[in-house]
Amino acid sequence: AYRTDEGQPWVLPVVKKVELMIANDNSLNHEYLPILGLPEFRANASRIALGDDSPAIKENRIGSVQSLGGTGALRIGAEFLRRWYNGNNNTATPVYVSTPTWENHNSVFMDAGFKDIRTYHYWDAAKRGLDLQGLLNDLEHAPEFSIFVLHACAHNPTGTDPTPEQWKQIAAVMKRRCLFPFFDSAYQGFASGSLDKDAWAVRYFVSEGFELFCAQSFSKNFGLYNERVGNLTVVGKDADNVQRVLSQMEKIVRTTWSNPPSQGARIVATTLSSPQLFDEWKGNVKTMADRVLLMRSELRSRLEALGTPGTWNHITDQIGMFSFTGLNPKQVEYMVKEKHIYLMASGRINMCGLTTKNLDYVAKSIHEAVTKIQ
Amino acid sequence: SSWWSHVEMGPPDPILGVTEAYKRDTNSKKMNLGVGAYRDDNGKPYVLNCVRKAEAMIAAKKMDKEYLPIGGLADFTRASAELALGENSEAFKSGRYVTVQGISGTGSLRIGANFLQRFFKASRDVYLPKPSWGNHTPIFRDAGMQLQAYRYYDPKTCSLDFSGALDDISKIPEKSIVLLHACAHNPTGVDPRQEQWKELAAVVKKRNLLAYFDMAYQGFASGDINRDAWAVRHFIDQGINIVLSQSFAKNMGLYGERAGAFTVICSDADEAKRVESQLKILIRPMYSNPPMNGARIASLILNTPDLRKEWLTEVKSMADRIISMRTQLVSNLKKEGSSHNWQHITDQIGMFCFTGLKAEQVERLIKEFSIYMTKDGRISVAGVTSGNVGYLAHAIHQVTK
Repeated sequence: AYRTDEGQPWVLPVVKKVELMIANDNSLNHEYLPILGLPEFRANASRIALGDDSPAIKENRIGSVQSLGGTGALRIGAEFLRRWYNGNNNTATPVYVSTPTWENHNSVFMDAGFKDIRTYHYWDAAKRGLDLQGLLNDLEHAPEFSIFVLHACAHNPTGTDPTPEQWKQIAAVMKRRCLFPFFDSAYQGFASGSLDKDAWAVRYFVSEGFELFCAQSFSKNFGLYNERVGNLTVVGKDADNVQRVLSQMEKIVRTTWSNPPSQGARIVATTLSSPQLFDEWKGNVKTMADRVLLMRSELRSRLEALGTPGTWNHITDQIGMFSFTGLNPKQVEYMVKEKHIYLMASGRINMCGLTTKNLDYVAKSIHEAVTKIQ
Repeated sequence: SSWWSHVEMGPPDPILGVTEAYKRDTNSKKMNLGVGAYRDDNGKPYVLNCVRKAEAMIAAKKMDKEYLPIGGLADFTRASAELALGENSEAFKSGRYVTVQGISGTGSLRIGANFLQRFFKASRDVYLPKPSWGNHTPIFRDAGMQLQAYRYYDPKTCSLDFSGALDDISKIPEKSIVLLHACAHNPTGVDPRQEQWKELAAVVKKRNLLAYFDMAYQGFASGDINRDAWAVRHFIDQGINIVLSQSFAKNMGLYGERAGAFTVICSDADEAKRVESQLKILIRPMYSNPPMNGARIASLILNTPDLRKEWLTEVKSMADRIISMRTQLVSNLKKEGSSHNWQHITDQIGMFCFTGLKAEQVERLIKEFSIYMTKDGRISVAGVTSGNVGYLAHAIHQVTK
């Protein structure tokens, strides 16, 4: 979760404002939302992902399912794919997740009934970047019709994203081999500070004519973590197909949570549908993204100034909340035990944990870990 | 071509269909008796005062929005368990239970269903009363369980077929799962009396069945939260380790906030911890962690003496209004000159009433009188007001005389 420079959680100012508006609106009550969610939320949420000028929206071939966070969106999408994707029983359809990936991806698809979950190459530890060749190779050799879980931006946990050119290569192979793109978009806006930039990959795939799913989370970019605000965007060939898909997703939702929670969706819908509040929100998002970007550049420059062995450009090349530092398990143990700096055994750090007050300490500690421990 | 060419159009939800048709109707006297939500005597949604107060208190505290634990808000789950089990419950005091926050009643049922699918190896069979809430069947099916039924409602008397229920349940294979509505049976409104619950408990215990209680109307049925939880508590007192799903949608009017809980009564606190760990493993790949808003409101109400007192009063007044509408409907039917026995309307309890009306009669009510209900003759008494009860009685008399 995001932290301020004081190391505190941050409720976005625009969220506070909108919550007050909601609290003072006596016309509102706590009645059930429709099964698929608040209509104004669904439309706006998908518009954010696909872009105002999206051809798919203009052609009325998109659908949305309000979900319990990004996890809920992934799960509804996975349950639907298992029932309906390629024939009526997809338990044997391979689902590919990146190596590494957010560990819950595996569980989501497994609990949705997929029995064959495989990995695709992604992180190159030696060069501390994307293993594009490995990735493309896996796409070439995956069985046709396999499902690929792609991180739309700010890959979790590596922070390493394909460049636009690399995305184009990925899309070309996926199109040729009939592979299904299931995007996980948990950091739109939060990664680069720009909503459009962070949605580039999803929009490119749509422009290339793909049918796809995009699981969106508003936990981070709206700071609405515990309200569980998410959206599954469905892009299809035409309105009729999308309508039938939604009708079946409705049945899945009905036996999972019946209808989604109201509060968070109202906040997001109100914000996105008001030009003024929307601008305010974008400003809040940029504040968060900029602070993380600043911490990245400050950490890197300190490490380089200290002369810490190795290269440290990956700290600023990577994007989003997380960074794969490249520290090995022993070095991580040193950081935790000797320096009381908590990071994952994989060497992943949460950039949000860095502040102007602790940058020096963290940089020095990394320096020590790298020089003392091999 | 599309990946989805072969995807069939899902059937429309029968209950939503009622509301859709109602909305399209231009008759000024129209009534929506399909709605499964409480309405005040003006036919309007009702936000409880204690809820408004709790919301104001929460806003003033300026809390953050950090993720809840996977199992939910601890103050909420503990208070939910205490509400269901009773503060003097040995099971509650000893800690031999686990309660996780669920997405209202549906989400809690589903967590339980998935948990049974994974860990209750003795049987795949879940026995539902005939009839039961329409969503029970697909919930358990999607969780991978099989559905069976036991006799429950007697359409000839519009009341409980107790001997049928007892007979069927006593023949269920040992270690099957039997689902019971704790109070205010949905859709019939027909509940067993306490003596009958005692007999049911004895059979369940003798046959070593897993009792799964669905309690969506505690407080809302009789107006008394302890009375409505009597069956749940009796079973536990008899040494039956039940599982329980709770909803705060109706009794706190928190419908869209999705506040609910799933409880497993265990042998001891250690078992409860192990069960909890497995429930979390089920929840994480479903939605990671539950929504805060409804749980915070419910928790504040349950844990703040003044608010709790106010809530109990409001819940009683909602239940009382429903009971009063039942009474008025019956007396109005008598005034219309109906010779039928309508006693079941006041015998039944909770939000719903199985009127006994046949499909053709229901259709006439919809077409000729713009009174909307589901084809099975179920009405939501919550949709009846002192302003329209006369019209309803008149219409029912016209189609049944």
